[in-house]
Amino acid sequence: MTTITEAPALAPGGTARKLSYVKAFNEGLAQAMREDENVFVAGEDVAGYGGVFRMFDNLLDEFGPRRMIDTPISEAALVGLGVGAAARGLRPVVDLMFMDFIGVCLDQIVNQAAKMKYMFGGSVSVPLTITTASGAGLGAAAQHSQSLEAWLAHVPGLKVVMPCDAYTAKGLTVSAIRDDNPVVVMLNKVLLGSTSEVPEQIYGIPLGQAHTARHGSDVTVIALGRMVGEALAAADELAAEGVEVEVIDPRTVQPLDTETMFASVRRTNRVLVVHEAVTFGGLGAEIAAQIQDAAFDHLDAPVLRIGAPFSPVPFSPVLEKAYVPDRVRIAQGCRKLLERA
Amino acid sequence: MAQRASKKSADPAANHTSAQVVRDLHERMVRIRLFETEAGKLMEAGKLPGFLHLYVGQEAVAAGVMAALRDDDQITSTHRGHGHAVAKGVSFKHMYAELYGRVTGACLGRGGSMHINDVSLGMLGANGIVGAGIPIAVGAAFAAQYRGEDNIAVTFFGDGATNIGAFHEAANMAAILHLPVLFICENNGYAEFTPQSKHMLITDVADRAASYGMPSVIVDGMDALAVHEAGVEAVARARAGEGPMFIEAKTYRYYDHQGVKGLRHPYRSDEEVAEWKARDAIDLLEARALADGTATRAELDDTWQRTRDEIAEAIAYAEAGPLPDTADLLLNVYSG
Ligand SMILES: Cc1ncc(C[n+]2csc(CCOP(=O)(O)OP(=O)(O)O)c2C)c(N)n1
Repeated sequence: MTTITEAPALAPGGTARKLSYVKAFNEGLAQAMREDENVFVAGEDVAGYGGVFRMFDNLLDEFGPRRMIDTPISEAALVGLGVGAAARGLRPVVDLMFMDFIGVCLDQIVNQAAKMKYMFGGSVSVPLTITTASGAGLGAAAQHSQSLEAWLAHVPGLKVVMPCDAYTAKGLTVSAIRDDNPVVVMLNKVLLGSTSEVPEQIYGIPLGQAHTARHGSDVTVIALGRMVGEALAAADELAAEGVEVEVIDPRTVQPLDTETMFASVRRTNRVLVVHEAVTFGGLGAEIAAQIQDAAFDHLDAPVLRIGAPFSPVPFSPVLEKAYVPDRVRIAQGCRKLLERA
Repeated sequence: MAQRASKKSADPAANHTSAQVVRDLHERMVRIRLFETEAGKLMEAGKLPGFLHLYVGQEAVAAGVMAALRDDDQITSTHRGHGHAVAKGVSFKHMYAELYGRVTGACLGRGGSMHINDVSLGMLGANGIVGAGIPIAVGAAFAAQYRGEDNIAVTFFGDGATNIGAFHEAANMAAILHLPVLFICENNGYAEFTPQSKHMLITDVADRAASYGMPSVIVDGMDALAVHEAGVEAVARARAGEGPMFIEAKTYRYYDHQGVKGLRHPYRSDEEVAEWKARDAIDLLEARALADGTATRAELDDTWQRTRDEIAEAIAYAEAGPLPDTADLLLNVYSG
């Protein structure tokens, strides 16, 4: 195994090869399949069609029908197949197409995959990877647009990653597959075509390690998934106003690297958490609470949260646009934090 | 729909002559075909957001079954739900306005193509989750039985949906409770891009009903009259308290799974598509009506033209409709 575990450094200035988010995912998956014969992929239309989002393009050609399996529309059986196969030492990658569909197989994820190791006294591991597309922005409406990371991050035994760009899509996918636990990889639908610099070799991004996407001294923005890009754009805008924003991408929301966040908050004294999911009961609440526990004395303002309103995702583009947080709301949030003396 | 009885309890199937039935089926199919083709064009022109799963090719199933129902009978539908909605009588205006995301739409712009409903007509919604409408229809049938009312429920779903647990649980539940619910499987041979032979090992989905003690029948889903006859019989059974029934209609969709074109990998051959189109449900019914004198060409053409006019008007209505107000983002999250 020619495993490079650490994420390689990107070329200075970002001049190296660029790849789209979906192609980077695909490359990471293919490399992980080459690396380990135990990795297989199962899901609806993943093999013959290459996945409805082209996530699995060309993999059938290389790996054949033994390792690329088209399944019926049977998500409970699909995840269960992954759990059982993982318990027997394979490394299944099971695709749920749209995250919303976990509604029909949540038992297998929450009550089975997540708890097996614990309930079996540690005698078995479930190295299962669940891939899925989350997020609003495509006019796909309330049953095809959700960001349900808070549901999953709440369950002990699961890990959840939210890649914000092509580079992290590849690295987090590889790490998810190599990890001995059930890991849900939440790809973001709106980001599928976005490109960034992606090293050619296989690499994993350590799970549970946050990344400081931009350094700044005035306010910390902790952004999940697609919101990282929005936060960076807001930071650019605020830089023009003389405000230096630090942007932290947790990358993995379970386990959550709170130390990186605490350290940042101790320097900036102001923090905004932003995610696409509904604000109520979202990860912003958890992060805010932890920051207040750990760094209350360093805060010059209460931790601010930005997320979606307490409503299903609307269809109409005008409503959907108003629903999903964006760079404008993030910039406003930062200004509001800075207004407090 | 013009020729449908307005009184809620009137039963079209009971009162119609065979000529009326043919004209009813024809009109419902033409309405679906034109609604869908125009929606496809609007999608191609970039005017509609979101996803569009077209029903064209399968019209005989929605028309045949719906012509056997009363307004107060309930239906649940799928991601490919426009045909069912149109055949149940949902207004073109509300449907197009919804596809455009206008506040004048069937879901006030909140739902889009996959969630069109009209509760006043017993249309309990298209559904974005495969199989999810099936237990809901069982619940609607339960409500009728519970209250001692004689309306029934019908659930439409694809071959692919019968692989999901909800189908099996609901079928068994309906059977043991003797509920007045019809299971209509529109077997178009594919679940997205996967042919039936690759997602189940049986040829007739109807075989599945037997394991729940539910009688079943297989019909030619391109023959609206055949679907209708099976529907009338099953409806009568259900209304008489004889329990659920499963109808498998073998049919075909002409367009891609989603959208109009965009076949990335050809998962079915041109020959196969052509073979089915050669047995087009509307063509078949028209040929039969003309041959036996049930309708004249002029009468049939008139239906097409009237429908075209109505559609043009509905699209204009949709385009002129106001967008939802973002101040109302939280509208209808809760009742009361
Ligand atoms: C629970 C769930 N899984 C997967 C999907 C994605 N999906 C939408 S339509 C479809 C195929 C449905 O096939 P079938 O039931 O035969 O209906 P058809 O599209 O042929 O009308 C799939 C897999 C979904 N919407 N819901």
